[in-house]
Order: sequence, then C-alpha cells, then structure tokens
Amino acid sequence: MSENTNPSNNSLLNDAGTRAMIFQIVLLAMVVFAGYYLFSNLQANLDNRGISTGFAFFNEPAGFPILIHLIEYTEANTYGRAFVVALINTFVISLLGIILSTVIGIVMGLARLSKNWLVARLATVYIETLRNIPLLLQMFFWYFAVLAALPAPRDSYEFADFLLNKRGIYSPNPITQDGFGLVIFGFFLSIAAAVGLIIWAKKRQTRTGLWFPAYWSSLGLIVGITFLFLAIAGFPIEFDLPQKSRFNVTGGMVLPPEFVAVLVALSTYTGAFIAEIVRAGILSVNWGQTEAARSLGLRDNLTQRLIVLPQALRVIIPPLTSQYLNLAKNSSLGAAIAYPELVAVVMGTTLNQTGQAIETIGLCMLVYGSLSLSISVFMNWYNNKMSLVER
Amino acid sequence: MTIIFKPSPSLPPPVTSVGAVAWVRQNLFSSPLNIFLTFFSAYVIYLLLPPVIQWAFIDATWEGTSKASCTAGGACWAFIAVYFDQFMYGLYPEAETWRINLAVIMLVLMVGAFAIKAVNKLYLSIAIIVVYPIVAYFLFAGGVFGLEKVETSLWGGLFLTVLLGVIGIVASFPLGIVLALGRRSEMPIAKSVCVVFIETIRAVPLITILFMASVMIPLFLPEGLNFNKLLRVLIGITLFSAAYMAEVVRGGLQAIPKGQYEAADAMGLTYWQSMILVILPQALKLVIPGIVNSFIALFKDTTLVYIVGMFDFLGRIQAANHDSNWLGTTVEGYAFAGFIYWAICFGMSRYSMALERKLETGHKRN
Repeated sequence: MSENTNPSNNSLLNDAGTRAMIFQIVLLAMVVFAGYYLFSNLQANLDNRGISTGFAFFNEPAGFPILIHLIEYTEANTYGRAFVVALINTFVISLLGIILSTVIGIVMGLARLSKNWLVARLATVYIETLRNIPLLLQMFFWYFAVLAALPAPRDSYEFADFLLNKRGIYSPNPITQDGFGLVIFGFFLSIAAAVGLIIWAKKRQTRTGLWFPAYWSSLGLIVGITFLFLAIAGFPIEFDLPQKSRFNVTGGMVLPPEFVAVLVALSTYTGAFIAEIVRAGILSVNWGQTEAARSLGLRDNLTQRLIVLPQALRVIIPPLTSQYLNLAKNSSLGAAIAYPELVAVVMGTTLNQTGQAIETIGLCMLVYGSLSLSISVFMNWYNNKMSLVER
Repeated sequence: MTIIFKPSPSLPPPVTSVGAVAWVRQNLFSSPLNIFLTFFSAYVIYLLLPPVIQWAFIDATWEGTSKASCTAGGACWAFIAVYFDQFMYGLYPEAETWRINLAVIMLVLMVGAFAIKAVNKLYLSIAIIVVYPIVAYFLFAGGVFGLEKVETSLWGGLFLTVLLGVIGIVASFPLGIVLALGRRSEMPIAKSVCVVFIETIRAVPLITILFMASVMIPLFLPEGLNFNKLLRVLIGITLFSAAYMAEVVRGGLQAIPKGQYEAADAMGLTYWQSMILVILPQALKLVIPGIVNSFIALFKDTTLVYIVGMFDFLGRIQAANHDSNWLGTTVEGYAFAGFIYWAICFGMSRYSMALERKLETGHKRN
C-alpha cells in the first residue's frame, strides 16, 4: 500500500463521495428555495388579484356552447360538465387518429418498400412531404383551404346516402328499433363461437399438426350468425337519411369540418412518421430469416406473417409508442381551428371566463400526463408480450 | 492442316434482361399485382400532377395589386409578392429591415468562414457564440448607437420563426446534454430532479407549456417584475426541447460500452474531462440523426406560438388571409408557407445524413 505523501489530497473536499453530497445538498436547497419563492409570489399575486384557488368554479354554469358534444350538454351546464365533454372529444380524436394513422403508416411503409418502382417513389414523396411540414400548417390547410372551399349545403356532393358540403360530412343515422337486443345477443354469441373455434383449431394443430383456417372461418361465423339474428329479428334498424334543404341539411349524422380537419391532418401527418418506423422495422429483420423461411418451403405471405412480421414488431413497437403519445399530445393543436378539445375548452374558454389559470392549466397537464402514462403502460405491456423470450 | 476451334461470338443478352426494357419489366410489370399497382399509381399521378402544374404555373398570375387582377384562374402568386415583406419581417418597420438582412448576412459569412483553413476556429466559434448574439440583439432591438428602437411585439414573420428556432436549438442543446448526464448520474437527488423534469415536460403538449409561459409565469413572479413575452415563450420552447434532447443524448450515452468510461477513469481524467473528451464525442456522433430530428421537430413546433398570439411566419400568413382585397388566396398562402418550411426541414435532414457520413470512422460492420 502506497502512502499518500500530499496531505491536502486527503482532505474531505477531495473525497468524491463528500463532493457529491455537497453538490446534491446545494442542488436540493436551490430547488426548494426556487419552489418556495415561486409559491409565495403566487400566493401574493392571487391575493392581490382577488382570485380564489380551488375547483369551486366547476359547479358554476359555464354559459358557453360546445359545438361537438357526445354527451348531453347545453350552455346551462357546469364547467365540470364542459370539462368532461372536452375530455371525451380529446379521447375520441386520439383513438380514431391512432387507428387511422396506424393503417396509413403500415400501407405507406410497405409501399415504400415495394418492388414496384412507381409505388415506392409515390410513397417516398408522401412521407418526405408530410413529415417536413408543420402539423399546424397542415391543419389550417385542411380546415381553411380544403373544407372551407366545399360547396354550400344546397349544392352538396352526394355519394349514395352521404352528403359532403362545407358544414361537414353527413351520413345516414342508424336508429335501432324494438328487438335490437336480440341482434346484440347474437353478435356476442358469434364472438364466443369464433373464440371457441380459434381455441379448438390451435389445440388440434398442436395435437395433430393439421392446420385449420381459423381466422377466416371465425370471421365468417361472426358475420353469418349476426346476420342470421338480424333476419330473425326482422332487421330492427331504420336509417335516418340526411335531407338537403335550401340552407341546411336535416337529419342524418354529421361529422363537423373541425373534426374532419383535425382527424385528417393528425392521421396523415403521424402516418408518415409511422411509415418510416414500419419500413425501418422490416428492414431490420435479417435477410437470412427470409431465406431460411423459403428453404423450409413457406409461401411468401406465410414468410411475411410468421417469420418477418413478428420479428419486425419488436423493433417497431417502442418508437410506435412514442408516435402514439405524440399524436395524443398533438390533438391539442385542434384548439387552433376551434375543435372543442381539452385545450380549447379548458385552457381557452374556461380560463378566459374564470381567470383560474393555475387550476385549468394544471388540470390539462394532469390529464395529458395520465393519458401519456396510460398509453405507455399499455404499449409496454404489449412490448413485453411481443419481445424475445430468451433462456 | 490443323483445325482451330473458333467459338462463335457470344450472342447479346436477350433484350428482356438488360437495358430499359428489362428495368421496366422488373420494376413495373413483374407480376399481375405489380401491373395493377403501376397503372393505379400512374392514374393517381395523372389525377394530381397536371392540374397542380396547370394551377401553380401555367394559369398563375404573378403580378397584381388585389385578387381582382388574378383572372387567369390559376394560382394568385401576386398575393405572395405583395405580402412578401410582411411574411419575411412581420411588422418590423420597413426602413429598418436592413438590420435583419445585415444580421443574417453576418451570420452566413461567419458560418461560411469555417470552411476557410487560415481562420482560427476557436476565435471564430467564440465570435459566433458570444459576440454575435449581442451584436444581433442590439441590431434587432435597437435603442443604441442611434438605431431606432423596435419593440419585440413588432417582430414577426419568417424572421421570428428562424429566431425562435435558432435560439431554441442553440440553448436547448447544452441544456439537454446536462439533463442527460444528470439522469445517468449516480447522485440520487440530482438524478431524480432530472428525471422528474424530463418526464413531466415530455408528458404534456407544447401548447400547455406555451400557455404556462404566457399566462402562468407572470403569476409566479413578484409584483412589478415582468419580462417580455417573446423571452417567456423562448424559455418555454427551450425547456420543452431540452427534455426531448436529453432523451436522445441519453440513448447515445447508453450505447457507449462501459470500457470507455473505465478507460477514461483509469487515465485519471476527472468526470467532466472524461465526459467532454471521451464519452460525449462518441455518444453525440451516434445520435446525430436523433439530434437533428429534434431540431426539425423544434423548428416545426415554433408555429405553435401563433396560438398564444405571436405572429410568426404561419401567423402572418393567417393574418394576410383575412385581407379583404385578397379573399380566396388561402391555398396560395399555405402552399408558399408549406414550401418554405419543407425546404428548411428537408435541408436539415439531408445535412444530417451528410454529416453522419463525414463523421463515420468505420466502426460499423459491413
């Protein structure tokens, strides 16, 4: 053991552990002091302005209309109810956006890998264009340039029973009649039958090695049994068709332009990013895997489904999760074109009317935080399920 | 007499396996599905391309003073021409716009000087990072040396967009590195402070941060002390971007083998020496694509300042769309804005690819 000849090197200040401790204590003190300073300022400011903190305003009538509400809502309802309406709107647009963007992303990602030169070029142009233009600009484009340029209700475009004009997309509204419960019962029955069939097919395959086209036949079961029950109940659905009148459209279901613009912009934009993720995932699977599958005699589509895709998914899922999170957070841009989602209703109108900045902004952050958290928990669970099981 | 075997000259390869014909067969018509896809794509291109060219170039009007002069039925680029200055400089006084131009030219010259061998790179870097921002600030804001004072509320257009983007990028990069190092640190308190900061910011959309910057920050400051809205928004953007940057850098730090850390320690380097001289150069090189992607994301995100009432490039386009002389020119405005944003972002991503190739030191297995 060598002895340290320089006594100053042995001082406490040169000990790594002590220095780390000192640094951390200083850091903690700074954070605590900053927190205390900001908080005391906040209280002084709120007192000066006469703003009372708390969520009492949630029980007061809101007094503003919300264009899109999936649950009952009028101006006489409370701020609390308005918050729930906005929350539902955010969830709906995020969920639909995630589904649509995944479809677009998979199609475009595969198209970019296509052996067909023209298809691959078109997909590349799509991806490189949409990825490099701000989402807000794309939303404005869809809302102010495309949807606003559609004809007035009386000159709507018509496709079958659908109408398209500047007020939105109108579709027939299904209204259930007596006896629809029977159909719902039939639907669940068919799903149970399909699940049973898949389990049976899997067991039989493990036992005998014989393969049964379980997925197609279960799809057939679901459609067939549901239709059968529809027929038995005497087709208990009537459609409320949209009717054009001079200045408006009556009846039917309507997708307002705000909703369409946000959904289209969100899903095409995120779809471009997902396409790149899908492409990278598929390229990451070693070519040897494909060759091995072929030498085992698997056909092309089976090679893709059983060999390439499961391995590609492992690479795809983590970045896909962050794209889904981005989409959910980006749905807040809908506020800029008056889609009544969380930011527009709570941080926009409610904040303006009540002045409760801390509560409204904090609430929004909390909601987005938990939304992000739940998406990432779900995707982590799925990722664990799909990930490589090693010995 | 000897018979010499003379092989007849090789036949040329069949036309179907070389040249243009083969290429077309292989890439466009190799299977029934491919034939269908080719015709389908060709039809899509036929539907989209000719009308767009017709609209944007052939039928376009390039000069005029109001929508009424656009009679050709195509794009009304005269709108862009008339509003060009506003799109570029916002409401910055017209007589003073030379100051912005001068600052931009100075920056371009200084960055360009990096290519010259004789220039001392260290002095140049100091000039760009320390001296230039001060000079640029006084040029933009005025109020000294007889320059007219220009309020930041007048700053706008592409000038404001680039300003937000550049300052955001320059400030968030070092902050992100510090946060990433903090998150990887062995000190529990420093680590948890960084984790909480990064995860909180990443969980919420940028809009909430911008609202916080524009509405909530004044509530947290003592009475009387208040600073400029532009500065508040800039702080918001920088913090937001730094959290994302931290995660990218962390990915790079994790990819560096433990041996490198141990080797740096064994050489007797201090923590900061080993980070700056050994770890970070390798880690950052690995994550160049990720870093540039977050720069691009930040640049696109600057459009959100429009929602909190600042008129950046997109904001000025939106405002110009309401001019009653130019009703019906929304598509032109968006097309122009889209093209500029696209050119900048696409350029950045191409530059990152070139940079990656240049810094490639051949550790990759082929």
